[in-house]
Amino acid sequence: MSIEILMPALSPTMTEGKISKWLKAVGDTIKSGDVIAEIETDKATMEVEAVDEGVLGSILVPEGTENVAVNAPIAVLLQDGEAAGTAPTHHAAPAAAPVPTPAATPASAPAAAAAVPVVEAEPEWTGPMLKQTVREALRDAMAEEMRRDDNVYLQGEEVAQYNGAYKISQGLLDEFGDRRVIDTPITEIGFTGLAVGAAFTGLRPIVEFMTFNFAMQAIDHIINSAAKTLYMSGGQLGCPIVFRGPNGVASRVGAQHSQCYASWYAHCPGLKVVAPYFASDAKGLLKASIRDPNPVIFLEHELVYGQTHDVPDNPDWIVPIGKARVARVGSQVTLIAFSRGVQFALEAAEALAGEGISAEVIDLRTIRPLDVETILTSVRKTNRAVTIEEGWAFAGIGAEIAATVMEKAFDWLDAPVIRVAGADVPLPYAANLEALALPHVADIVAAAKTVCYR
Amino acid sequence: MVVKRKPKTAAAAASAAPEPISNDQEIAFYRDMLLIRRFEEKAGQLYGMGLIGGFCHLYIGQEAVVVGMQSAAGKGDSVITSYRDHGHMLVCGMDPKGVMAELTGRATGYSRGKGGSMHMFSREANFYGGHGIVGAQVPLGTGIAFANKYRGTDRVSLVYLGDGAVNQGQVYESFNMAALWKLPVIYVIENNKYGMGTSVERASASHDLYVRAAPYGIPGCQVDGMDVLAVHKVAREAIAHVRSGAGPYVIEAQTYRYRGHSMSDPAKYRTKEEVAQMRQEHDPIDLVRRRLIETLEVTEDVLKQIDREIKEIVTEAAEFAQSSPEPDPAELWTDVLIEA
Ligand SMILES: Cc1ncc(C[n+]2csc(CCOP(=O)(O)OP(=O)(O)O)c2C)c(N)n1
Ligand SMILES: [Mg+2]
Repeated sequence: MSIEILMPALSPTMTEGKISKWLKAVGDTIKSGDVIAEIETDKATMEVEAVDEGVLGSILVPEGTENVAVNAPIAVLLQDGEAAGTAPTHHAAPAAAPVPTPAATPASAPAAAAAVPVVEAEPEWTGPMLKQTVREALRDAMAEEMRRDDNVYLQGEEVAQYNGAYKISQGLLDEFGDRRVIDTPITEIGFTGLAVGAAFTGLRPIVEFMTFNFAMQAIDHIINSAAKTLYMSGGQLGCPIVFRGPNGVASRVGAQHSQCYASWYAHCPGLKVVAPYFASDAKGLLKASIRDPNPVIFLEHELVYGQTHDVPDNPDWIVPIGKARVARVGSQVTLIAFSRGVQFALEAAEALAGEGISAEVIDLRTIRPLDVETILTSVRKTNRAVTIEEGWAFAGIGAEIAATVMEKAFDWLDAPVIRVAGADVPLPYAANLEALALPHVADIVAAAKTVCYR
Repeated sequence: MVVKRKPKTAAAAASAAPEPISNDQEIAFYRDMLLIRRFEEKAGQLYGMGLIGGFCHLYIGQEAVVVGMQSAAGKGDSVITSYRDHGHMLVCGMDPKGVMAELTGRATGYSRGKGGSMHMFSREANFYGGHGIVGAQVPLGTGIAFANKYRGTDRVSLVYLGDGAVNQGQVYESFNMAALWKLPVIYVIENNKYGMGTSVERASASHDLYVRAAPYGIPGCQVDGMDVLAVHKVAREAIAHVRSGAGPYVIEAQTYRYRGHSMSDPAKYRTKEEVAQMRQEHDPIDLVRRRLIETLEVTEDVLKQIDREIKEIVTEAAEFAQSSPEPDPAELWTDVLIEA
């Protein structure tokens, strides 16, 4: 059986080209890998290599021919013992290569994907409470999960002997030893890649970033390696890992050490993003994050570590990822916040009450997947919303919430949503400028009055 | 699972054989290298027909490196590499049908059509990809070694990287941690002389790449990556060293890729003569074939039979890859997250 040699496509976009030169003549023996011709495309001259072996029986398209369509036969290769004359005349030009039809672009995601994932309801806690700092709650969450599962380990700069740069891992080295509490060199992309590789095999690393500012060095592994591999492997290679550390502003440390990354990570499918405020949520959500089979970005806040709140006194206390909480019930305006912003929103609600405005405060707790239902339920009741974040407004969490409310509750809105956010500048050092750049309770109060037309 | 896998290749199975290398083992080397060569030629052809899209980086010319290395590896040892990954997958025992079907973007591919040439994985074969970011596989593979050690196994992680990738900072971050924590990892630098169009001379201040691990106290060596026997020998030593718990090892295999960097590379940065000379004088498959016939007295018939078998495997893979359906549109939304 003779074989037709077809005009090859030599780039993802080539549809036709010129045969500039034949390097083999009729009668030549051809081995696979031999260069048989040169082809010119609009971009370059490329060599055509034979794939099959045989004797060149005939050349169908002579040198110098232009505009030869991809997949048109250009020569015939004879197999063992065939004579030149016996080559069948080739059939009509082959149909165009079966270009795979692109997957239909979704006008709207299927219901299953668009719906808010069903999460178990958070257990109502009526048992005893402990007074704990957020710092202690985070430490206990890690310790409890490490006791439960040998696959869980903690790595990061200064997490072991120094007990953590912010003392979150206090005592963990003593309890778990240096196999499971590991001081890394200052090598963010390296240790993040290492942890992701370990997670591919089924370990459950907790990666502490000294602060999330330094995770920018590692963001390639967080997104390209951790978040995308499950999808790219057709579901084979999950990545159960938690990236945690302080996020957002500290105090007077300047622009490189003061940034909110919530919207950066929330942008990416394949990640979950959690940003609690209360100690009980810090504990319950960190435990949920460690148990989650997916990569979770766990955003803490340095200025909240030392606050003391009530925490359920129970090692099985878990808060489901993906569920916001109404932190204060109100009727005239919804304040939507996360992380330290919740504290400000609660203070603002108190101040507003003094002025006769009843504000509802939603603590998002999880940024992705966003609990859209809790937001919409509240906005449909109050008809007004203000979002609060330390990060920049542009393409931020508030922008996402405003768009969602506009798409899904437009008819309930009595005023445009207002975003209270950090000023659109790198965070300055000077005390007065820093204060000007960050959102304050007074800004939230003012925004709430504006949407209430007061 | 979507595709059937065949067991580890013959060469890999024979890894325990003591020196000298038996005829059978050399025949297995020949077979494994030929499978890669023919598979890649077929992939190039399907690309030419528009059946494979995007980037497609062929391994032709470099076959002796992965075949020699993996012939010394054992069960449970893992492999991770860059986007030039087809050969590695075949040698790890992944089914050529599933690999080719992924290249054509079909539901029966290893990633169900969602990864493509550069992003394929098989937990079963301990093949961890297929990574499109130059150098990313290096800390990832170091992490696999970390996990092996954490679990107390003696399994080894083989990490392949290019001469271009060695200039990434994360490679040195990995060397440091691997040496510091004595991780069971072998870094195989496939020095094929070019990273895309940039020669090693134009990209690297020092041209011996294996010595770059020396400051971390990591032993290393250079080997002729066109000679599968030579690679096999150093691989055995390196794997024994690493498996004993002595920490990482670096091998720089000097090799050559015949084809362009990817399919659309006209390769203007090197002369035709350079390529022709490598092919004529250093082809890894010709070298073994000649040795089999001239020194080991294997008959042409035996080799012809192997050629025919390989051709059949590759033809079958290509047919499978063309006749398999594209992924169901519903697949667009699956595998983003694991249901908790
Ligand atoms: C971080 C990053 N930068 C650039 C690229 C584009 N790129 C893909 S392959 C390549 C050359 C790599 O050469 P080498 O490491 O020698 O591997 P080889 O292709 O020779 O196998 C480049 C620059 C990339 N994929 N990732
Ligand atoms: Mg290279």
